[in-house]
Amino acid sequence: MKIPQISIFVSNRPGRIHAVCQSLADADINLLSLTLADSGEFGLIRIIVSHPEKAVEVLGKSGIVAIVTDVVACEVSALKGGLAKLLSTPAGSLQIDYMYAYPTCHQKDKAIMILRFTDPDEAIALLEEAGVKLLSKKDILG
Amino acid sequence: MKRNCWNDQNGRFLPEMSLDFMPVDKLKQVQLQRLQATVSLAYEKVPLFRSRMDEKKLKPSDIKSLKDITLIPFSMKKDLRDTYPYGLFATDMKQVVRLHASSGTTGKPIVVGYTQEDMDVWAQVIKRGLLATGYTSDDIVQNFYGYGLFTGGLGVHGGLESLGATVIPVSGGNTERQIMIMKDFEVTAIAGTPSYFIRIIDVAEKMGIDLKTLKIKRGLFGAEPWSDGMRDYIEERTGIKAYDIYGLSEIIGPGVGCECECQNGIHIYEDHFYPEIIDPETLEPLPDGQEGELVISTLSKQAMPILRYRTRDITSIEATPCPCGRTIRRIKRIGRRSDDMFIIRGVNVFPSQIETALLRAEKALPHYQIVLDRKNHLDTVEVKVEVSRDMMSDSMSDMDSLNKRFSHSIEQILGISVLVTLCEPDSLPRSEGKAKRVIDNRAIGGSL
Repeated sequence: MKIPQISIFVSNRPGRIHAVCQSLADADINLLSLTLADSGEFGLIRIIVSHPEKAVEVLGKSGIVAIVTDVVACEVSALKGGLAKLLSTPAGSLQIDYMYAYPTCHQKDKAIMILRFTDPDEAIALLEEAGVKLLSKKDILG
Repeated sequence: MKRNCWNDQNGRFLPEMSLDFMPVDKLKQVQLQRLQATVSLAYEKVPLFRSRMDEKKLKPSDIKSLKDITLIPFSMKKDLRDTYPYGLFATDMKQVVRLHASSGTTGKPIVVGYTQEDMDVWAQVIKRGLLATGYTSDDIVQNFYGYGLFTGGLGVHGGLESLGATVIPVSGGNTERQIMIMKDFEVTAIAGTPSYFIRIIDVAEKMGIDLKTLKIKRGLFGAEPWSDGMRDYIEERTGIKAYDIYGLSEIIGPGVGCECECQNGIHIYEDHFYPEIIDPETLEPLPDGQEGELVISTLSKQAMPILRYRTRDITSIEATPCPCGRTIRRIKRIGRRSDDMFIIRGVNVFPSQIETALLRAEKALPHYQIVLDRKNHLDTVEVKVEVSRDMMSDSMSDMDSLNKRFSHSIEQILGISVLVTLCEPDSLPRSEGKAKRVIDNRAIGGSL
């Protein structure tokens, strides 16, 4: 139930996000989600793409440093209190490094949250035990 | 057959090797004869040397012993610039068969010339270095020193051909192709700048190729100062033996000296290049074992004899003999150059200290650059460090602590605070495969 997410190190300069997106576009790789974290001189771009292994390879060839990180995709209710409910399960008290909303969900009353746990295996076990619906790699990447 | 110092691995006698083991008395005799001839040549043919000696009322015939070398005035890089391009040549251009030049990143380049005899000496000294570090005519050698005006590529090339090794003149650049050739051509030995080889190591890893599984056994590295830490790093990551070859274009190029298999200092080919150590402040000669600036006089160069050239390299002549038995003396590996040194807030800093700090923090050797600036009358140091995949983390706090590890380690060694900036790979400039380590914006851009 782990989803491969790609984390990319970029200098904080104009044009670097474009360079990443162009390398992926040239290799026919589809971007499914993108978030940015920045720290003055550099930033981390975190993306989920249709072809993760190929993405790391093409980025590497363009001289861009990228690594694969495992994240977990949880389905939550899109109604009030949906995310609070997820975090009230035992998994919610584990160390969460960061989280973000996955942009595409085909069901109106549902949302998908991407969570990065320090220990994803332990989190998956706890989430499954609590009856949280986890999306598989196939669900997300297609 | 067991190899010894006089024979190659097939037991053949090698006359070049015997030169490394000449009895000291004989060596001194050769040095004196050649020094006297060089001083005469320089005095007769090179106006700059003649006028400087005339100023001191010194005649070539005054050089009666090796000790008298201290009477001769020094020469330095500025002299080559001032006499650009051919002012220090001692022969007609007809006799000059090769020209090389420095890259000229600061003003005019310097030009050096070689007669055929000089070319033969150059190949011979590099061949002696190759033999001393275990290269044989069976080796397939990838030479990734830059070919062209730079003395590195063609200099080492000549030595390799003279040894009879199979040379691959790949020159620098196109790292992925370098790795493909290493693998496909079954390369057994390499030569080039150490900073570029570090790059090759990183790219090979990215390509999923473990250099330890290839046939490469040894490498000759030079053209820039590199630390013992960098040697350990190269040897551990690739399983090869890394040897230091020393030289400078003004003297001949690579091959002024080279390590032997003991890896404990650079043997200077003293029968062709006479080494001295001086105090760079007082210019007084220093005894063996004491650290100072290396000064070299050529003893056999014809096209461009150079007397007492101040190399700016800081080292010492080893006082004890090498276990290999060579009688030619050794200098300590060059860790720093006096003109690499910069003074920041009153503290003397060498790039090699920053290198040591980075290695200590991360057990990896990233490409780095030091940028000096002046803001509000205060000198600032920024160390830009290229991040590799090994160092990268998906967590922002891990990246921040990587940055802090680097800056703490540097501050511990230098005692001054620095700003560390993490950069993308290949974002810092490299010239000719030589790393450009220090950018000083204080004089030009900084507000004084």
